[in-house]
Amino acid sequence: MFFIECVVSFFLILGAFFALTGSIGLYRMTDFFNRLHGPTKATTLGVGSMAIASAVFFSFQGNGISFHEVLITLFLFITAPVSAHFLAKAARHQRTPQDQHHSHAPRHKAD
Amino acid sequence: MLNTAVIIAFVLITLAQLLNLYRLFKGPSLPDRILALDNMYIDALALFILLGIHFNTTAYFEAALMIAVMGFISTVATSKYLMRGDILE
Amino acid sequence: MSCSEKKSSPRIPWLPQPVLTLVLLIIWLFLTNTISPGHILLGGLIGIIIPWFTNRFWPERPELIRPVRLFRFFFFTFLSDIIVANISVVKLILQPDLSQLKSGFIEVPLEIEDPMVTTLLASIISLTPGTVTAEVSKDQRSLIVHGLDIPDPETEIHLIKTRYEAPLKEIFSC
Repeated sequence: MFFIECVVSFFLILGAFFALTGSIGLYRMTDFFNRLHGPTKATTLGVGSMAIASAVFFSFQGNGISFHEVLITLFLFITAPVSAHFLAKAARHQRTPQDQHHSHAPRHKAD
Repeated sequence: MLNTAVIIAFVLITLAQLLNLYRLFKGPSLPDRILALDNMYIDALALFILLGIHFNTTAYFEAALMIAVMGFISTVATSKYLMRGDILE
Repeated sequence: MSCSEKKSSPRIPWLPQPVLTLVLLIIWLFLTNTISPGHILLGGLIGIIIPWFTNRFWPERPELIRPVRLFRFFFFTFLSDIIVANISVVKLILQPDLSQLKSGFIEVPLEIEDPMVTTLLASIISLTPGTVTAEVSKDQRSLIVHGLDIPDPETEIHLIKTRYEAPLKEIFSC
C-alpha cells in the first residue's frame, strides 16, 4: 500500500509540475506561436499523468479496478493537437504579430 | 504522504491558473486569450481530479469529463469564429 | 502512389463498422466502470446503433496492412517521443534567455495522400518535439509546421519525414 502511495504521489507531483511549466510557457514566451507550445504539450502530458495517478489510486481502494480516468487522458491526447491546430490557423488568419528568425513557408493569404 | 503530495499539487496547479489568468487579461491578441482559456479549462479539470483524490470519492469524475468536452468544443468554436470573421471581412 | 487501390472488404450489412463497434463498447465499459453482463449488452447495442446512424458520415478509411508495425511505432516511437518532447520543451521554457530561441515556420512536403493518414501525421507532429502543425496547404501536399527551436530547418524536415512519415506510409496502404 505504501508503494502505491509513492507511485500516486510521484505521478501527481510530476503532472502538476508539467502543468505549471505549460502555464509558465504561456506566461513567458514572446509571441503567440511560441506560446502555443507550452499548453499543447506540457499541460496535456501533466494533466494526463495526473488522471492516470487518479486511476491507480482508485483501483487500489478496494472497490475493484477503476479505469475511467484513462478516458480523460485519452481524450486530452486526442483533442490537444486539434485545438492547437485550430488556434494556429485562426492566428494565421488574424495575422498575429510574431518575431521570426527565419521562415521557409510563405505566409498564406486568408482563404 | 499522499496528503502532502495532493496539497503540493494543489499549490502548483493554482499557480498555473494564476499565470493563465494573467495571460487571459493581458493577452495582446484574441487567439492568446482563447489559448489561455483553453489552458484554464484543462487546469480546472486537474483541480477536479485532485479534489476527487483528496475527498476519496469518484463523484467528481463526470464533472471532469464534462469540463474536458466543453473546453474542447468551446476552443474549436471560438477559433472557428475568428477564422470566419476574417473570411467574411 | 498505390493509395487509390483499396480492397473492397466484404461488409456485414448490420455491422457496417466493426472496429467502431468494438471501440464504442470498450468506451462504454470504461465509462460505467463495470463489466456486468447488462452493461456489456447495452454497450454492444450502442456500438451497433451508432455506426448505423453515422455510416454515411465516415470517410473511406485506408487499409491497415501492418498492425504489428503500428503497435511498435505507437509504443517505441510515439510514446517515448512524447516523454522526450516534453522534457526538451520544459528545458526550452525554463531557460533564462528566451531571445536565443530560433522559432519559425517550416514547410514539410508530404508523400502521403490519404486525408486520414495526413491528419494522423499532423497530430503526431503536434504532440512531439517542439513542433506544432499550423496549417495544411490547400492542395494537401505539404504541412506548415511551427517549430519552437529549429536552428536548422533542413534536418528538422528530414527528421519528420524519416521518423514519422515513413513508418505511417508503411503501416497504412499508402
